[in-house]
Amino acid sequence: MKITVDFDRCQSNALCMSAAPEVFEVRDDGFLYILVEEPGEEHRARVEEAARLCPTQAITLA
Amino acid sequence: MNRIVIVGASLAGLRTAEALRELGFEGQIAMIGDETELPYDRPPLSKQFLRGDWDTDRITLRSQDELSNRLKLELTTGTRALELRPDAHEVVLSDGRTLAYDRAVIATGARARTLPAAEVHQSAHVVRTKDDSAMLRTCLTTDARIVVVGAGFIGAEVAASAKALGCDVTIIEAAPVPLERQLGLAMGGACGALHARNGVSLRCGIGVSSFEPNAVLLADGTRLPADHVVVGVGARPNTEWLVSSGLVITDGIAVDEFCRAKLVDGTVLDDVVAVGDVARFPNRRYESTDGSGAPLSMRIEHWTNAADMALAAANTLLGHTVVYQPVPYFWSDQYSHKIQFFGRADGFDEVRVVDGDPDDAAWVALYRRGDRLVAALGVSKIRALVPFRQMLLDNASWATAIELTSTR
Repeated sequence: MKITVDFDRCQSNALCMSAAPEVFEVRDDGFLYILVEEPGEEHRARVEEAARLCPTQAITLA
Repeated sequence: MNRIVIVGASLAGLRTAEALRELGFEGQIAMIGDETELPYDRPPLSKQFLRGDWDTDRITLRSQDELSNRLKLELTTGTRALELRPDAHEVVLSDGRTLAYDRAVIATGARARTLPAAEVHQSAHVVRTKDDSAMLRTCLTTDARIVVVGAGFIGAEVAASAKALGCDVTIIEAAPVPLERQLGLAMGGACGALHARNGVSLRCGIGVSSFEPNAVLLADGTRLPADHVVVGVGARPNTEWLVSSGLVITDGIAVDEFCRAKLVDGTVLDDVVAVGDVARFPNRRYESTDGSGAPLSMRIEHWTNAADMALAAANTLLGHTVVYQPVPYFWSDQYSHKIQFFGRADGFDEVRVVDGDPDDAAWVALYRRGDRLVAALGVSKIRALVPFRQMLLDNASWATAIELTSTR
């Protein structure tokens, strides 16, 4: 599973971080960081939830 | 079951269609929208799209190719639904067709409330549709005098966008503070203070008495010159087309905790659901404020609810019973500040700032009702707010929440 984030679209609402904190982190600078770009299958459910929750639909999974 | 008809082609309708496909539905999905556009996203209409930073492509939710080929959606735009006939399983459309359905989804959303008196003004606007936003954009020129009526989300975001474009902006709010119903007096006031901090004048606790072609007159006799007026006084659910349907309509389509619509005789319909801004549902996670012990009834006009409720409703349509009991979420980007709110503060007993300081325009506040944490507000405290979403999903106690804040 490969995660792509459209950073022009991302507005740092951090719902992804709430769903999958091991993969997504919004830091104090206000920007989103992807901690693991190709997480294993054990993360799939949470990463899919993160993508679903994103209010700007900035996250795509492949 | 072969055909699902979705009435409404905005976020809630689209997300219902997507959820149906993800859950394995392979039948026909027909979607009817009264706007002529492909489904588009509304939050940018008071922000990036209004400022001209984003174009139509950027706010279009899905391309025609995705709709037709990936979702296999039969989208009819520029067409209204005129009538729902639950007995006959039909929807009557403005283009003369009558569509038979096995299941129907009501996702007709809401429209901006207007002030008829504002029509006297030479340039009065609301912001609900892409056309509204595009029209208002042409007015937001340097030094244009803008009066915004209503300091809710739309009003506040439009004010911030207009200010960023160099306009001279004043907001008028009839209530004592902005967002009082959602945030309470103290936090509403603290959020309202963000306007003055950014050079926008906010006047609360005063009503508009009348409009002139170039001005707004306030109840205390003040005359505010205004080149353009933006009315942001809330929205009304689009339920008029359902008056003859026999469905229960009480400020929205009344649904049960599975998003199913009800007839006035009390029958719950298994084959008609309502989602998004138009739907009023009982949320078991929160208790009513009337002392009855019943779930709190809510109709939510926010992005996240449209997306979440669509998933719940799609499950119901396919025979999976999943109770819809969300922790509501909204956000609002104003100037450089991000306001985020999880939960519901209705009937709260205490609100406490646990991180940062409203005087610094960055803080977290928690809301207590009884011994429970019921809501969390963050202003430019994105990271600090994150743990409280999970706590709210877990129905955490107040003591647990306070304990977390003391250990950080």
